Amino acid sequence: MHEMSLAGGIVQLVEAAAQREQFQKVTLLRLEVGRLSGIELRALRFALDAVSPGTCLEGARFEFDEPPGTAWCLQCNCSVEITDRTDACPQCSGFRLQPTGGTDLRVIDMLVQD
Amino acid sequence: MCVVCGCSSDQDRLEAMTKIEQFQPGRAPGPLLTAPGHSHAQAPATPQPGQAHVQVNAATGDLHYGAGSAKVSVPGMSQARTIKLEADVLGANKQLAANNRAQFIARGVTALNLVSSPGSGKTTLLCATIQALRAAAPQLHVAVIEGDQQTSFDADRIRATGAPAIQVNTGKGCHLDAQMVGEAYARLPSSPSAGATVGDALQQLLFIENVGNLVCPALWDLGETAKVAILSVTEGEDKPLKYPDMFAAARLMILNKIDLLPYVQFDVARCIDYARRVNPGIEVLQLSATRGDGMAAWLQWLQQTAPADTPQSPSELRLRQRIGELEAALALAPAAR
Repeated sequence: MHEMSLAGGIVQLVEAAAQREQFQKVTLLRLEVGRLSGIELRALRFALDAVSPGTCLEGARFEFDEPPGTAWCLQCNCSVEITDRTDACPQCSGFRLQPTGGTDLRVIDMLVQD
Repeated sequence: MCVVCGCSSDQDRLEAMTKIEQFQPGRAPGPLLTAPGHSHAQAPATPQPGQAHVQVNAATGDLHYGAGSAKVSVPGMSQARTIKLEADVLGANKQLAANNRAQFIARGVTALNLVSSPGSGKTTLLCATIQALRAAAPQLHVAVIEGDQQTSFDADRIRATGAPAIQVNTGKGCHLDAQMVGEAYARLPSSPSAGATVGDALQQLLFIENVGNLVCPALWDLGETAKVAILSVTEGEDKPLKYPDMFAAARLMILNKIDLLPYVQFDVARCIDYARRVNPGIEVLQLSATRGDGMAAWLQWLQQTAPADTPQSPSELRLRQRIGELEAALALAPAAR
């Protein structure tokens, strides 16, 4: 259940921004959850609902962008799109892939009220 | 970073024990934020709701409507606005991990983060390794940080071998984080050679035995030189595909308990193939910590791994990708000419 710690990290980032930018409430929070980030979206949604009461995220709507995973195929020498770390290269069906993108979890932006 | 909520500042941690007793009534806390010993400081005073975008000068009674965050007040329109953050959620942990890594390199410490499922034989392997290193490389200073949810059984086993060990109990946490490792490392007795390192020669070995868990520790960088995934042959050869993130993050996979191979159904070749599917560059060693098979290769691997031999950063990986693209273009160039 590392999603719970991650939800805590998200709350911390948002509360720090609330202090800096002087707002009280977040109405919409947009997150980027890469397909290869190792994060289960349902678990993260549950964790965010669980930790947000009492913080400026209480009642906020959460939107998730899920950028696809990209990997460098060592056989084809090119970048390919994959949805899972266990996927084969769509071009050569080989498994010599090094993930290069879609591995991040980031807070993109948020809609706030004073 | 704290495992309950992700807080990272020392101040939070220091205040945690006292804040819970004076919990502010105005702020309804969520069930998880009220965990014992856990609370957070209030945000600084902000204007009352309803007057959010008007500031009143107490002396003169003057009203200032441009004080809201939007810097302008429009009747009937709220001060809602968009704030771009573009922040990495694991950023706080990554910063602490970078501090740990810099410290390890400066002191000539090779730090290895041992990850596996519970019961794969991490502690037995560590005890056997410490004893074998004492004979093979007596000048090498070895220390251990033990991570478990509860008990100090593992640290006790390590201390029995004579090596210094610090036990970190994570409570409900399912992984070690960079802050825990930084604080535990500070409590380890420093070796006589600390501070007197030359180049990146290996002088000290720090084993960090993570909480037995093949999922969460993959995401938390501790500042280690490399992650070592341990898989015992009693667990099944399909683990690398079942838990790909962990095997993708590891530099070395150790197949442990190979003395039991005659008694279990375990296809070594298939296991290695699966591991290379999720991580083409993973190195593999087969050993038995109890019988001693493969220990020589493991000791050699340990002594070859230099402190500065750190994992590739995403930017370095992107540069390598660019090199690959350019080389591919160069290969095609003579044909086009």
